[in-house]
Amino acid sequence: MTIAAGGDRQVQVRTTKMSVTNILARVATSEAVKPLLLILVILIGWDLAIRMFGIPAYLIPAPLDVVEQIVLQWPLLLRESLPTLYATLCGFALSALIGIPLALLIASSRLIESYLYPLLVFSQSIPKVAIAPLFVVWFGFGMLPKVIVAFLLGVFPVIVSTVLALKSIDAEMIDLARSMRSGPLRTFLQIRLPHAMPGIFGGLKVSITLAVVGAVVGEFVGSNSGIGYLLQIANGNFDLPLMFAALFVLSMMGVLLFWILDAIEGLLVPWHESRRRDLREGA
Amino acid sequence: MTYAFAARPVIAQSAPVMTAEAHISIDAVTKIYQTKSGQVESLRPIDLSIRRGEFLAVVGPSGCGKSTLLKLVAGLTSATSGTISIGGKAVSEPPDGVGIVFQNPVLLPWKTVRENVMLQIRMRGLDPAKYADAAQRLLKTAGLEGFEKSYPWELSGGMKQRASICRALVHDPEVLLMDEPFGALDAMTREKMNAELQRIWAESRKTVMLITHSIPEAVYLADRVVVMSSRPGTIEAIYDIDLPRPRPLSVMGEPAFIRYTQDIRKHFFAQGDLDH
Ligand SMILES: Nc1ncnc2c1ncn2[C@@H]1O[C@H](COP(=O)(O)OP(=O)(O)O)[C@@H](O)[C@H]1O
Ligand SMILES: [Mg+2]
Repeated sequence: MTIAAGGDRQVQVRTTKMSVTNILARVATSEAVKPLLLILVILIGWDLAIRMFGIPAYLIPAPLDVVEQIVLQWPLLLRESLPTLYATLCGFALSALIGIPLALLIASSRLIESYLYPLLVFSQSIPKVAIAPLFVVWFGFGMLPKVIVAFLLGVFPVIVSTVLALKSIDAEMIDLARSMRSGPLRTFLQIRLPHAMPGIFGGLKVSITLAVVGAVVGEFVGSNSGIGYLLQIANGNFDLPLMFAALFVLSMMGVLLFWILDAIEGLLVPWHESRRRDLREGA
Repeated sequence: MTYAFAARPVIAQSAPVMTAEAHISIDAVTKIYQTKSGQVESLRPIDLSIRRGEFLAVVGPSGCGKSTLLKLVAGLTSATSGTISIGGKAVSEPPDGVGIVFQNPVLLPWKTVRENVMLQIRMRGLDPAKYADAAQRLLKTAGLEGFEKSYPWELSGGMKQRASICRALVHDPEVLLMDEPFGALDAMTREKMNAELQRIWAESRKTVMLITHSIPEAVYLADRVVVMSSRPGTIEAIYDIDLPRPRPLSVMGEPAFIRYTQDIRKHFFAQGDLDH
């Protein structure tokens, strides 16, 4: 795909007699290449900084050492990322399954909102990291405390975004539904819910990245498996390259999950302003 | 100031409409909104009868309660006092045989033009198969043939509003209520839409209540033009528009037409609403 696009550009370049720098500039500004290019720049800067300032490897490892560690320890990293992924997905699923219905309740009634919302905000300001050890005491070592921390971190953005999305509907749209003598359920299914979908997805996308953080925090305090556990071991051994490698795998997991959600959103909400360009190009 | 004008003999008041032929009757209706900062008196007692098949336009300065009046007739809000009835039935909730065109097209962006028109049918729980032809015919009349599968955001402002008119008519209501439907359109598109609306109305003979802030639009389209005073709104005058139909757009240049618009505009000069 990228190659085809590149070929296209070259033809254009030849006909319009553009210089090599122009080609480079065009490739550099293409959507897929942009983030990779930035990463490359950061890696080079990182390597240069280490060399120039003589930073010892026990403080910051050289990028190549990290890459080497990723390659060497790949089976380990992969194996340990599975429990983390599992805890993340469970926590995220709980966030969506509990967060969205709670948001529906809050958005549907002022009374429920006035009771529930302040409590939720209050609970959100309790530092999850601080109470995570408590979950180990309550639920023991293993999967459950991780899932709970991932859920607690992930559920709040789902609720906030969904409530906001459900509430920010035009009064005229509701008048329209009422003028069509539609009942509350039909209005909800046909108008309110589809209208709120982009907002709900916004919340879900924040939620899934936070669920990754939650799962790792859970692993810090009470687990003998997962990337979080690996991070602690590496930290204890001053094995900085392994630590950075684990961090890399963790970020990739977050990015991947985010992308998957983004793709699902593209399928379910192709009509939203932010997606219309894709639709047009696809057509 | 309003009182002084109310006391003045009402110009060109139409002959009292016989209740027998009244399709919509508004009797001593008032509306007071309760807000956090107190009461907002939106409508002073309004009495108005609209005949079956009549095209009635309402003009008045911004904030005089035109939209409020339309919402009352649509059953979307309830009167503080007085009664409204359509076809002899008191309006307490949105009635069956009414279609509304709002100021904005309010089309659902996730539905195609045809699906948006058919929304009226689905939301009312009617059988879509029975109305598919009607929808297609309306879309054709509105010049939207070929755009049935387009999404609202692929249409121009005029096309969107035409789609919303189709939606208001697809269930074949007896009453069509329109709240400044062409307010957001440019002058050229607006005139075209006026001509089209006249044609659609001539074909279907609905009872129409059109709210507008354009005096030429009101005179061009309506059988009668109701002039409202500024808030709290009440009826200041009613003009019978005695121009032969069908009216070509060129009627706007004729002396009789201009006389109507000038007479109506005088009310707003008197109220100090020079911008209208
Ligand atoms: N829902 C509402 N709550 C409080 N006041 C309202 C509401 N709707 C309209 N009003 C007030 O009633 C008056 C008439 O409004 P409206 O009917 O929208 O006027 P128009 O359509 O003629 O511009 C305005 O002063 C407006 O502020
Ligand atoms: Mg209005």
